[in-house]
Amino acid sequence: MRKALTADEAAALVPDGASVMIGGFMGVGSPHRVIAALAARGARGLTVIANDTARPGHGIGVLIDAGCVARCIVSHIGLNPVTQKKMIAGEMEVELVPQGTLAERIRAGGAGLGGVLTPTGLGTVVEDGKQRITVDGRDYLLEKPLRADVALLHCYEADYYANLTYRLTAQNFNPVMAMAAKIVIAEPDEVVPIGVIPPDHVRTPGILVTHLVERPH
Amino acid sequence: MDAKEIIARRVAQELRDRTLVNLGIGLPTMVARYVPEGMLVAFQSENGIIGFGARPPEGMEDPNLTDAGGGFISALPGAFAFDSATSFALIRGGHLAMTVLGGLQVDAKGRLANWMVPGKMVAGMGGAMDLVSGAKRVVVAMQHAAKGEAKIVPELTLPPTSARPVSLVVTDLAVIEPTPEGLVLRERAPGVALEEILAATAAPLMFDNDVPEMTL
Repeated sequence: MRKALTADEAAALVPDGASVMIGGFMGVGSPHRVIAALAARGARGLTVIANDTARPGHGIGVLIDAGCVARCIVSHIGLNPVTQKKMIAGEMEVELVPQGTLAERIRAGGAGLGGVLTPTGLGTVVEDGKQRITVDGRDYLLEKPLRADVALLHCYEADYYANLTYRLTAQNFNPVMAMAAKIVIAEPDEVVPIGVIPPDHVRTPGILVTHLVERPH
Repeated sequence: MDAKEIIARRVAQELRDRTLVNLGIGLPTMVARYVPEGMLVAFQSENGIIGFGARPPEGMEDPNLTDAGGGFISALPGAFAFDSATSFALIRGGHLAMTVLGGLQVDAKGRLANWMVPGKMVAGMGGAMDLVSGAKRVVVAMQHAAKGEAKIVPELTLPPTSARPVSLVVTDLAVIEPTPEGLVLRERAPGVALEEILAATAAPLMFDNDVPEMTL
């Protein structure tokens, strides 16, 4: 049994300047309440690691609008003109990473691997400054693992141990990020008693989740 | 039939029964409307689902169920939802028979550029680089030219999506296949003259005396 935090209490655990992994794909599967609380407390200098920056006023876009983010490591910013504008103006640093490579770098970070070898990005700007490794006659790029100070997750159900389930396309980066950060904060849609989630359905074990946010009122 | 429908209908002829296919955002999505009768194609959306269907009726949308563009979808019987690492393992691991992607440029070597225009538009590559590296076949579905400017060029002037050549380029004017010898013009769109295609193409094209029309 553990005490659930309010979104504001959760946001207070994210220090200015922290590296923060945030689940979600165009805002689907993002922890919207914690994001709103982070923007409201005026967080500054964050490095955000996520699939995308969603849209202005939505999902991670809220943090971009509020000036909380100094740097982001993402695969796509095409639907957020504010991110593009801040990047071109030099107000925010943006590192673009192929989506599959991003997922694998985070997975490697949480799985104790020294990196992954992928053919993705060979012969493109993604290869710049990276080591090319040949295995059995095929070329790959060495992509290094990613870890973060904090992971902010969204889940469908959490039980009192913070065992988590996800729903449909709201899973995306949440399960890999749960493995790759020192502090793991999960924002559930539902909280259920222990035992309600069958062991086979638990996707992220509660032992990895350091803090659970209360269910929405 | 407008340009987009011509492209989508022709690309749909490349679909094969009981295969996994990924359709990019925008025009490629339209291909799903023209799956040949009786054929079972498993469409993947890289944000984490195989087997998605049309947008649900108004008021029935599920905020946890969208396509890669963020639009609401439904799940068909037999659908499978998964996380991003699994999604790209499917893409990179040789499990994806075909991907259909939009394009800004294709060059004489068959290389695709589709993720940024320096100084103008930086969308980010999203899943495109993984898709071009990993899918067994890569089909580019795009308008032949943009505002009078050729998109099929001798050498990319935009940053490439992959060094790997694509398998086929389908436009509103033509079907073009990149080969080691160069680009081969395979088909003309209905009613489109050879001269019109050559005029709209900046890269050299190889072709037979009699280039057939697409059958749509």
